[in-house]
Amino acid sequence: MFENAHWFFPSLTHYLVVAALLFTLGAFGLFVGRKNIIVLLMAIELILLAVNINLVAFSAALEDAVGQVLVMFILTVAAAEAAIGLAILVVFFRLRGSIEVQDVDSLKG
Amino acid sequence: MELFANPAPILTALAFWVLSGVLVGSALAVVLARAPVHSVLFLILCFFNAAGLFLLLGAEFLAMILVVVYVGAVAVLFLFVVMMLDMELVALREGFLRHLPLGALLALVLLAELILTAIGWHAAQDLRFVSATVATAVPFAEVGAEVSNIKMLGAVLYDDYFLLFQASGLVLLVAMIGAIVLTHRTRPGVRRQEIAEQVLRPAEARIHANNPPIGGGVDWDV
Repeated sequence: MFENAHWFFPSLTHYLVVAALLFTLGAFGLFVGRKNIIVLLMAIELILLAVNINLVAFSAALEDAVGQVLVMFILTVAAAEAAIGLAILVVFFRLRGSIEVQDVDSLKG
Repeated sequence: MELFANPAPILTALAFWVLSGVLVGSALAVVLARAPVHSVLFLILCFFNAAGLFLLLGAEFLAMILVVVYVGAVAVLFLFVVMMLDMELVALREGFLRHLPLGALLALVLLAELILTAIGWHAAQDLRFVSATVATAVPFAEVGAEVSNIKMLGAVLYDDYFLLFQASGLVLLVAMIGAIVLTHRTRPGVRRQEIAEQVLRPAEARIHANNPPIGGGVDWDV
């Protein structure tokens, strides 16, 4: 029943649109999650995941192996970033007893 | 490679729609969930569905890495931190509605631009043409199309990107040391065993021969 429905079968554009949706949701989370640094970090993870989906989709479409290698490097950096970010978060919570973004304004002068 | 063959098998297409639907839905739930614990759990669901999409695209090793590293390490790290810090939910949700209109507007603009770019670019370009002229990296055929995904990745990673591979190991080392230095604290009042001091102590300091006078007692000043 779907033989003539070209939109139904996944193409490169389908994957790009899914990645765009994911990226947008991550950016949206950066805007609305202002009260909670953990949600900000998770939004950043969503954005990196969207970038990874883009790279893998292009790697499959162009039949080029480098896209998948780049995804591995992005995963490495994302893991390091999450570890450092959460460590900073823990230290900040220990000092201030809160993780609200509004409280991190000591450097504003 | 017939990854984007049209018509693809119906099951592949169905899997794509289910996986991407749950992926986008759970990403929305990550952003909108009331409790941070729920956000983390939805993030784990996101990673699982993205791993499914990677499988559909033929990147098996990356799918497994996503499950092992992201779900097994990063998401659990998030879970630990969320459970370690006790946050007040009411205070956390304040200001959500205040930032909602601007955030939604910017997100919609961004989404429209990204989708227009993707569709317009796809309509304008023939991918074979692009891969023949622009992308000069490592095509599948050069590594050998018949080898498995993990063999291909290993060949490219260790042949062409070895220095970057080493550098990413260094990044992980620095991140580990940084996290330890940041969160380590020396507590007062904790008695630690100083093994080096014990070993280096001279023999004269260990044994004292006393010859106390009768009724005099020992003068103890070690």
